[in-house]
Amino acid sequence: MTPVPAIRTAALRKVYPAPKARRPSYSSAFPISGGAVWTGAAPGAGGRGPNGEIVALEGLDLEIRAGEFFGLLGPNGAGKTTTISILTTRGEPTSGQAVVAGADVVRESAAVRQRIGVVPQRPNPDRSLTAWENLVFHASYFGITHAAAAARADRLLAAFGLADRGGSKVGELSGGQQQRLMIARALMHDPEVLFLDEPTVGLDPQTRLALWDVLRDLHARGHTIVLTTHYMEEADRLCERIAILDRGRLLALDTPAGLKARAPGGTLVEITLDADAGVASAGAAAVPGVLRAEAQRQLLRVYAERPGEVIAGLVRECERAGRAVLNIHLAPPSLETLFISLTGRSLE
Amino acid sequence: MTALHLEPLERPARVSEALVFWALLRRDLRVARRELPAVLVRVALQPILFVTVFGALLPRMGFVQRSYGAALLPGILAISLAMSSIQSVALPMVADFGWTREIEDRLLAPVPISLVALEKVIFGVVQGTIAALFVLPIARLIMGPIAGLTVAHAGEVLTVTILGAASFSLLGLLIGTAISPQQIGLMFSVIIAPMIFFGCAYYPWKGLAVAPALQYAVLVNPLVYVSEGMRGALTPALPHMGLPVVMLALAVICALCWYFGFRAFVRRAMS
Repeated sequence: MTPVPAIRTAALRKVYPAPKARRPSYSSAFPISGGAVWTGAAPGAGGRGPNGEIVALEGLDLEIRAGEFFGLLGPNGAGKTTTISILTTRGEPTSGQAVVAGADVVRESAAVRQRIGVVPQRPNPDRSLTAWENLVFHASYFGITHAAAAARADRLLAAFGLADRGGSKVGELSGGQQQRLMIARALMHDPEVLFLDEPTVGLDPQTRLALWDVLRDLHARGHTIVLTTHYMEEADRLCERIAILDRGRLLALDTPAGLKARAPGGTLVEITLDADAGVASAGAAAVPGVLRAEAQRQLLRVYAERPGEVIAGLVRECERAGRAVLNIHLAPPSLETLFISLTGRSLE
Repeated sequence: MTALHLEPLERPARVSEALVFWALLRRDLRVARRELPAVLVRVALQPILFVTVFGALLPRMGFVQRSYGAALLPGILAISLAMSSIQSVALPMVADFGWTREIEDRLLAPVPISLVALEKVIFGVVQGTIAALFVLPIARLIMGPIAGLTVAHAGEVLTVTILGAASFSLLGLLIGTAISPQQIGLMFSVIIAPMIFFGCAYYPWKGLAVAPALQYAVLVNPLVYVSEGMRGALTPALPHMGLPVVMLALAVICALCWYFGFRAFVRRAMS
């Protein structure tokens, strides 16, 4: 028996019209959570169409299994938030199809909304209500009776360390508390699929770790979780499978271990030079022990099994090419080095 | 944080739209009740100041005829209900779409998005109606006896009130989806102020015969019909438009704002 996928997309594409010269500033000045459009349209992000339109998503095919902990990894503008906004019915795809929890996101959007929970990038609690009311009213929008909602709200507040803050206006909560409240809210109606859009951005390390525990716990209970992040470590530690997105395209999709195995061999040695690195790349590649060397502007990227043995030779080659070495950075094989080898860019 | 102990929830297989609508309305009523004193001050203070000066003080000083109060009162009610309805819909919406995105949790409710807009409009009607009913006795108290004021046509007063509140709530929906937070100040000086001064609130429409071009130009202003309708229902002895004309005009305004307002809302709500 083939398990029914929780999420399936086919040739999903999203194109935003070319920004006009006089676009109202509210849409570009503030990345909007939930339906965050303009993070995907940041200058230089996404692809550009022939008329200057922004291609945020270019033919995405994904299949996420029920009960899976799935990560969407990529830098800002990769298309992560656009993907989430389409899958949560908050954005319409330009073309292609997406089915979430058995319902089509365009034709049966209300049915999709009933089965999903969404934690936005930036907490957007209802500031006119208390923390407890946020949860109970949210449940009422899903047709849940007041008694059931009240009991569940008490439990969730306790579980998220907010038991004593139930009566507080949400404006009085700290950023971390608000983010936890957003997760509690998303769980109020017991969703089958939970979407979290960069949930740990701006959280202190302790709160982040606590949040990871909660997510692992939810996953253990059979919830399907889709998480976007640009933190490699987060994706690596939590997700069963990771899709790496860049400029609206799917670059790689595998388990963290599988992805790391695909990272180029050896440690990445990144050497920053005082000018264009192109003149030094051939010499660097010839240094004994070097597996591969490539130049990108002032950056020389070299992969080597034993970086300690090649650094002296590399510095010599750079100086021979008339360049001064400004900085040397070592990165062991990881998702980070894979990402750099796939895109030529760093994640953060 | 402690471990989660959550039982699976009994969820209705299909959520009743009426139930969700009621939940949305309850949320707005809860917030309004909490902010009631501030809401009432916002709704009533300006009309009270206005009737104090123009309905009570100036007539006693002899600068204005005493009969002016009868022309003024229906207009003041019209302004109160119009401002209350338009603000209760437009102001939170501008903030929601422009910056806070607080409405997002309601847009994620398992119902059509337009139901969220409909609830906002109905709530605006409730607020506008309450505003008019709240200001009427206060204004009457300040101004003293008003010649020709009658509550014999209470049904007509209520009909004009509700239809007027609906027009301005729907107008608020249109404005709330069209402008950005930075433009709110501009909205008051460019849209609201001319609407009030050329809304036949301070004088009957017939009086504008002194400036015929203006008399016809103001017919695009929805406030004209609410003011004239209030006059027809509360002080029928004064010159006023026929109630059928008023009702028809308000119905047309409702239909237009409904069509464009809901489209704009859905467009703004989707990214």
